[in-house]
Amino acid sequence: MLAWSYLLLAPPALAAPSQTNIFAPESTPAKSILNLTVFVLVITAIIFVVVFTLLVYSISKFHAKSADANREPAQVYGSTQIELAWTIIPVLIVVVLFLATARSIHAIQDAPEPPGALDVIAIGHQYWWEFRYPAFGIVTANELHIPVSDPSRPTPTFLQLLSADTDHSFWIPELAGKTDLVPNHPNRMWMDPHRTGIFLGQCAQYCGTQHAKMLLRVSVDSPQDFAAWVRSQQQPAVQDQSMMAGRQVFEHTACINCHTVSGTPANGRFGPDLTHLMSRTTLAAGAAENTPDSLRQWLQNPDVIKPGSLMPAMKLSDADLTAVVDYMETLR
Amino acid sequence: MSSDAITIPALQIQEKPWVDLLHEWVTTVDHKRLGILYILYGLGFLVVGGVEALIIRIQLMHSHNDFVSPQVFNRMFTMHGTTMIFFMVMPVLFGFANYLVPLMIGARDMAFPRLNAFSFWLSAFGGLLLYFSFFGGSGLYGAGNAPDVGWWAYAPLGARAFSPGHSSDYWTLSLLVSGFGSIGTAINIIATVLCMRCPGMKLGRMPLQVWLYFVMGGMVLIAITPLSAAQIMLLIDRYLGGHFFDTQAGGSAVLWMHFFWIFGHPEVYVLVIPAFGFLSEIIPVFSRKPIFGYPVMVAATIAIGLVSTSVWAHHMFTVGMNSYANSFFAITTMAIGIPTGIKIFNWIGTMWGGRIQLKVPMLFCIGFLFQFLIAGLTGIIQAVVPVDWQLSLSYFVVAHFHYVIVGGILFATFGAFYYWYPKMTGRMLSERLGKWHFWLFLIGFHMTFDVMHVPGLLGMPRRIYTYEPGRGWDTLNLIVSIGALIQAIAVLIFVWNLISSYFAGAKAGNDPWDAWTLEWSTSSPPPPYNFATVPVVSSRRPLWDLKHPEDPDSQYE
Repeated sequence: MLAWSYLLLAPPALAAPSQTNIFAPESTPAKSILNLTVFVLVITAIIFVVVFTLLVYSISKFHAKSADANREPAQVYGSTQIELAWTIIPVLIVVVLFLATARSIHAIQDAPEPPGALDVIAIGHQYWWEFRYPAFGIVTANELHIPVSDPSRPTPTFLQLLSADTDHSFWIPELAGKTDLVPNHPNRMWMDPHRTGIFLGQCAQYCGTQHAKMLLRVSVDSPQDFAAWVRSQQQPAVQDQSMMAGRQVFEHTACINCHTVSGTPANGRFGPDLTHLMSRTTLAAGAAENTPDSLRQWLQNPDVIKPGSLMPAMKLSDADLTAVVDYMETLR
Repeated sequence: MSSDAITIPALQIQEKPWVDLLHEWVTTVDHKRLGILYILYGLGFLVVGGVEALIIRIQLMHSHNDFVSPQVFNRMFTMHGTTMIFFMVMPVLFGFANYLVPLMIGARDMAFPRLNAFSFWLSAFGGLLLYFSFFGGSGLYGAGNAPDVGWWAYAPLGARAFSPGHSSDYWTLSLLVSGFGSIGTAINIIATVLCMRCPGMKLGRMPLQVWLYFVMGGMVLIAITPLSAAQIMLLIDRYLGGHFFDTQAGGSAVLWMHFFWIFGHPEVYVLVIPAFGFLSEIIPVFSRKPIFGYPVMVAATIAIGLVSTSVWAHHMFTVGMNSYANSFFAITTMAIGIPTGIKIFNWIGTMWGGRIQLKVPMLFCIGFLFQFLIAGLTGIIQAVVPVDWQLSLSYFVVAHFHYVIVGGILFATFGAFYYWYPKMTGRMLSERLGKWHFWLFLIGFHMTFDVMHVPGLLGMPRRIYTYEPGRGWDTLNLIVSIGALIQAIAVLIFVWNLISSYFAGAKAGNDPWDAWTLEWSTSSPPPPYNFATVPVVSSRRPLWDLKHPEDPDSQYE
């Protein structure tokens, strides 16, 4: 019962504290889902009030009184008219709900891709996200950048969803409903954020040990900021000669089997692309802030930050560790 | 029905050495003893699964808690789900089926007593196999580990690449083995209902409980079979080089989902239909009126059974089915709300104009009505596919199905315990402890599962062992966890009531509730042969006819 008061009060009461609130949509799919949610909530709330009242009334009204303890009430076996009434009314409600549902499914799921749309390929990995922008030749991880979409001239983002291993699910509650990333089963979803800012979410489909720390950040940029971000991501990795020591350690240990730094021999694809690591605000799919200290800890013992992640502890000496961290810090 | 048909000679009770008693219970083929074994077995797992739930809730009390590691947490929710569905709710409901169906239809036993014992021991072995994974999961050197793939074991998590070792094999084998046990019991229930009814017990005169168990039996056959098939295919994948679900070799993860949920959703109704049966027996007796609309209740049950086989993919709205498939499963899911709604209305119709006695069994049934109403409505909300794109896989879903299973099925089952315990043991359960149990459990339940909807709306996915601060989830999760502790205390009171009343409860007599179905015509507990002479019935309420010869039901049917 408490839940219902929550549900009914939810839009105003819950808008403030959370950044992952389905009642604070900022994009067309999430907004039309919210409209439908409110419609369904109103219908179910009416049903709830009617049946709840009937229940409370019948229990309080027909509660046994000691005065007539030994008298059996009139034995009534049923009534065809009443049965018909409480069959037909629910049938009508179901028809109405279904029509609204089918219409909304079609509008969101079968939306055609307009010419100005941005295509991004999102690949779920055990406990991190890979984002590829085929039009720009960019690869990045965990933090998706997309342009804001003006409702009068929409520039939505269409995601193609793939999985490299187990099932995952892409969910940014304020931008769109979730869609799963299933191996051998490419999916599609779209969103057209109406304001700039950072939007949060995380993997919603249990995918293994570190499902909990497979967090998502979407940065919705103004067209200028987005263009600038694309230009910077298109640059090859910074080649700082003073960091040759760290780079050599990086390239002579197993790091390069899994990670890419463009323009260098490192071209592994099992882990996140590190070409512009310092352009991201978090490490390990959002498990830690991207600071030199946490980067050092992550390289030294990943299990402290994210137990069960597939990043191995490389057992580097202190000097090598410092050199690699310094090198990583130059990958802007 | 003549009155001498139901008089019973006093039961001979002799003191026996405990080894003989144990031997009798282990080798028994008596449906009542097997029923009690099933129930005790399920109660044991209620405690085990409950402890797992508490570990989960303690871990989630606040953000970045480190009470358990992610590995342990993942094992706990896998084992909690598997245990509660397969080794707690199903055995308890099968136990009541075993105990009640023959008594209610005036039979001396189930149709196949030996199959009955075989089925129970298979199911029991299945549960032990699952828990043996804690020791043998990685092959008996040192401690093993329990499966951590979730109770759906979505492909390819169950494949060897992602589940090395044997822990998920124990999961697979235990479900396979206990599934065969369930199929045996289902065949037995169906055969018993069709072949063992006493003279005059036409299908249309069976107690609704028996009807509902009959439908449940059919659904078990439909639901468990694909699950068993899928488990065998998974074993082929893991050990014989098959590729059904092995996505690394081109297998299909979506195929596993279909197999699992074509079992999984009818399974929900396998569990809830017997609970509907408890209500359909308890509410009339404590309202002092016959069930309202008996034929409609039967028809609604059969409709639920049929429609429930075509709703499974509503668990899969986010996996990328096309819009026509999504629409189809939306309307079937909404449609199943209609017969379910009809049932709720008929229970209200039964109470309407009655003389409601608020004894503990009735309190639990009333709790069911309120909670199942909410559970049904949140179910309708999630049948609206786009809304489900937001709610699916979030804590909203977790709250919804616990509302069904705890707020619905478990409440009804607690009601059934208080109602039939006197018949099974000859002693009444304490009303005072029962009220404590009811109110504490009610408060704990609502603290936990009402509040649990909200983090889902705020974007909290299920099955995460920890979460980030600042998402607005901390306080809510703390309340949820405190509610879980209150529920645990209530369950302890219940267990204490079961034990203490067995030794010190008031004597029950044959018919403590002044009820109307045949089980109340024999002694408590009934003798091994149930009825001294086979009863003859001429209406749905044979004991009403007996107690009111001036106004028997048989006049109106």
